[in-house]
Amino acid sequence: MIQLSNNLLLLAFVLYLVSTIVYAVAITGKKWANRDPKEHQQRFGRIGFAITFIGFLSQTGYVAIRWIAGGHSPTSNMFEFIAFLSYCIVIGFLILYRIYRMTILGAFAVPLAAIMLAYASVFPKEVTPLIPALQSYWLQIHVTTAALGEGILAVGFASGLMYLIRTVPQQVSTKSTKWLEFVISVVLMMVGFIIVSTVFANLNQKTVFEFPQYKADEPTVVERMLTVEYKLPAIVAPQESKIVQPGPITPLFEAPGFMEGKDAARKLNTMIWSVLSGVVLYGLIRLLLRKRLAAAMQPTLDDIDPELIDEISYRAIAIGYPIFTLGALIFAMIWANEAWGRFWGWDPKEVWALIVWLFYSAYLHLRLSKGWLGVKSAWMAVAGFVIILITLVVVNLVIAGLHSYAGV
Amino acid sequence: MNDTRKCECGHTNPVGTRLCEACGKPTEAYIQTQDPQAPEFPSMRYEGMARRSKINTRSPIDKVWNFFSSVKIAIILIVITLIASGVGTIFPQQRYIPVPVPTEESVAQFYSTTYGTLGDLYYLLGFHNLYSSWWFVTLLVMIGMSLVICSLDRIIPLYKALKKPRLNQHLSFYLGQKMHGVTDEGVSFNTSETLEKAAEGLKKKGYRVFQNGDSLMGEKARFSRWGPYINHVGLILFLLGVLLRSVPGFYMDDFVWVREGQTISVPNTPYYVKNVEYKTEYYSEDEFAQDLPIKEGEVIPKNFESKLIIYLNENEGVAGAPPKLTQVTEGSVRVNHPLTHESISYYQSGKREMELGALNFDLVNRTNNQRVGQIKVDLYEPAAEQKVGEGITVRVLDYYPDFFMDKNGMPSTKSSAPNNPMVALEVSDGKVKEKLVYVSGSLISNETNPVYELAIRKPDLLDVTGLMVRKDTMIPLIYFGCFISMVGLVMGFYWQHRRIWFHREGDRLYLAGHTNKNWFGLRQEVNQIIEPLQLPIPITVAPDVDKKKSKKEKEVRPT
Ligand code: HEM
Repeated sequence: MIQLSNNLLLLAFVLYLVSTIVYAVAITGKKWANRDPKEHQQRFGRIGFAITFIGFLSQTGYVAIRWIAGGHSPTSNMFEFIAFLSYCIVIGFLILYRIYRMTILGAFAVPLAAIMLAYASVFPKEVTPLIPALQSYWLQIHVTTAALGEGILAVGFASGLMYLIRTVPQQVSTKSTKWLEFVISVVLMMVGFIIVSTVFANLNQKTVFEFPQYKADEPTVVERMLTVEYKLPAIVAPQESKIVQPGPITPLFEAPGFMEGKDAARKLNTMIWSVLSGVVLYGLIRLLLRKRLAAAMQPTLDDIDPELIDEISYRAIAIGYPIFTLGALIFAMIWANEAWGRFWGWDPKEVWALIVWLFYSAYLHLRLSKGWLGVKSAWMAVAGFVIILITLVVVNLVIAGLHSYAGV
Repeated sequence: MNDTRKCECGHTNPVGTRLCEACGKPTEAYIQTQDPQAPEFPSMRYEGMARRSKINTRSPIDKVWNFFSSVKIAIILIVITLIASGVGTIFPQQRYIPVPVPTEESVAQFYSTTYGTLGDLYYLLGFHNLYSSWWFVTLLVMIGMSLVICSLDRIIPLYKALKKPRLNQHLSFYLGQKMHGVTDEGVSFNTSETLEKAAEGLKKKGYRVFQNGDSLMGEKARFSRWGPYINHVGLILFLLGVLLRSVPGFYMDDFVWVREGQTISVPNTPYYVKNVEYKTEYYSEDEFAQDLPIKEGEVIPKNFESKLIIYLNENEGVAGAPPKLTQVTEGSVRVNHPLTHESISYYQSGKREMELGALNFDLVNRTNNQRVGQIKVDLYEPAAEQKVGEGITVRVLDYYPDFFMDKNGMPSTKSSAPNNPMVALEVSDGKVKEKLVYVSGSLISNETNPVYELAIRKPDLLDVTGLMVRKDTMIPLIYFGCFISMVGLVMGFYWQHRRIWFHREGDRLYLAGHTNKNWFGLRQEVNQIIEPLQLPIPITVAPDVDKKKSKKEKEVRPT
């Protein structure tokens, strides 16, 4: 059963990749000789959409089977959650496709879903039984709804990014072009992270550290020694650690003392690797293209009506915002009240959900009342999802809180 | 001088009106006071209705009112709250710091040693208790005030504007709309037939149609305009609930440890709680959906559960009276599944397992090596005296649950928990009286050749459950606020208010459309509605007036 569901997930991933390529052909290939650009784009757009849809069905199979086999919604650890989020991004894309019938939106939304899926796969994949803290229907309802909201907001990001690439003038380097390149490199950091972790997971070049844990009430007394195992080469070591099993490189520095928890240093190490690999990846592509990445993509989008993608971006946020409110805040409060007897406790994860929500509230007010449309609104749509990513990745990995799942 | 309130159509508008309430022409006042940046046609946002904040600007009350009714201020407040909230997550809040910090100095110490200079700063600025700081609460209160005032400022004008359909408007009203069109000069058409077809098309699309002479308006989902206001009302109720929680008595939060078999008083309530039994369960391997890479001996907990009985003390409040308990409810609590009685909830939130509950001994008569009987020393409530066998009494002379020798070499106890129990016993059978001391797992007698001795048996072990006891009387209000908020959000976002006008004047047909959002959808609908008319109406949609941009008009793409 689990094997079957994993195969379906893999199939979905492959199909998303294929449809990404087809979309890329759809928007780039229209410049090829003897083609009617419009017809070309429509045809390949439709093919891409069909493949995405089959991928979606396959992923639905994965979700359903894993749900049945595990006896709970597949959102109980980092792998399951991120995979589910990628599923929700596809759902978001399908919803907006139904409204606007724009297949080319898939050229940005589908790769995003594929990246998410790949990102999920670096975390342990097992179906683990639910520990008591996670045994709650409200928790499942809360996480699935929040993910759905975030998935739809991600489509707002995808079309916002599309809008910016389409409209930000690329003749000269400006603040806008720089930020746009930055956003693209953030996406590349995720890709880089996936590549690096997959490569090193297979190389089996572990570094093992041992370090002291001090007693909570007597910070000079060592309570016990902890060991931590890095799969990635160690750039940063845990504080006061000794290397038990040396890895490919010697660490350059120690993690700052305030990073709490057994895995803090390893998580920091992972973060550093993602950033580095993203930057390298960006550099390589930039060298190959010899221009800004956005500048290279711009001509492929020149026949797209910017007002339409502006509206799609807004509409995605307008659809996603109530769902996010319900899932990430209201259901979360109900669950927290059942679990801890308080509906709100200013736990970092809760605070970041609030930040995301306030940010989109500001977006909506600015758009509605201050006429922030087009470029400004697209920037906010992009920034909003970057904040969601921060919530997912950084807060989960770096700030340990009540909600954090164990992870890489 | 003309009265600027009087429109040329004869209607007198309230001060501050921008679009004549009757005919829809921009008012004289709007035209006169217009700054060169503003568009010729006022924004349709509140249908050009007069709003208090735009009329009265003199008195201090007006100033406050206008401050809080401004969306710009609202956005600024939201953004400040957002940033402040983020700052609060840089380092842990005091309530989440991992070590116990009893005093204010040790809190300061914690931030300073763990996070260095930045930690010092964090502490000094009070960020370690940011969310309950006066300024953060003030921010929330200000958002609340802003919500109330901005809603009041707009709700009546909006109600007035939406109440009656605008028909037979001044031409400038139609041409001023963001989406408008007019047939070319000389194009002839049959008015009643065309309007009939238009009405039919509108109805098919779900519009309500209003008609007066040669003026027609289709309208859809007017109620969705109330969505944001309903949402704001929900938010106000929510904030009210949150703020009222800090009023004493509305919110209670306590924690008690209860060992198995024990009944204790729940602080600040007339209730008592008894822990009947506590248990931890673990998953067995055949419950896993797949093989897991767990190590030998490693287990995954499945359940933490306590069986509880809740009693009411009938004598609560009667000074000096002993508690008189009557059972009011019983049930079990698990993580995520609290037990609630009379709005007080009990949460499973801690455990100490396998703690010493009682020491067990066999009393042995050494003269004939006979076991006389069994002695139990309850470590929480040791019986002062117990009878063993025929005529033998065992008395507890001294008991130190957490024994140590103090500075003066006197026996003493560190705490009331039986971590290291020391018991002094006296055995007497009428003839002999012997003393025995149990300490750290061994027994010492005061006699060199005693008659009685004790044999240690397995002690009673018990589990202690940690219960969080909470009462939050504001929960219904808070949930209700959330519910209202959601209703508003759904109304506002999943429907859009749309209006389409057809109006004949002279031998030309005017068309106009307005929606509060999603113009693309409106454009498509208009295209579908005018198709059967077989009448060329070139439609323009002005790009949104971002005040700094030039006003460029754009052809609609045919779809
Ligand atoms: C955290 C607090 C707030 C939230 C979550 C919130 C949420 C919303 C939402 C979702 C909308 C609908 C936007 C759209 O349709 O695109 C809205 C509209 C609006 N909000 Fe807020 N709001 C908040 C605070 C405020 C405050 C403090 C003000 C006070 C000035 C305000 C004034 C408005 C106005 C004037 C509208 C437009 C209403 C209309 O369309 O007639 N909001 N708000």
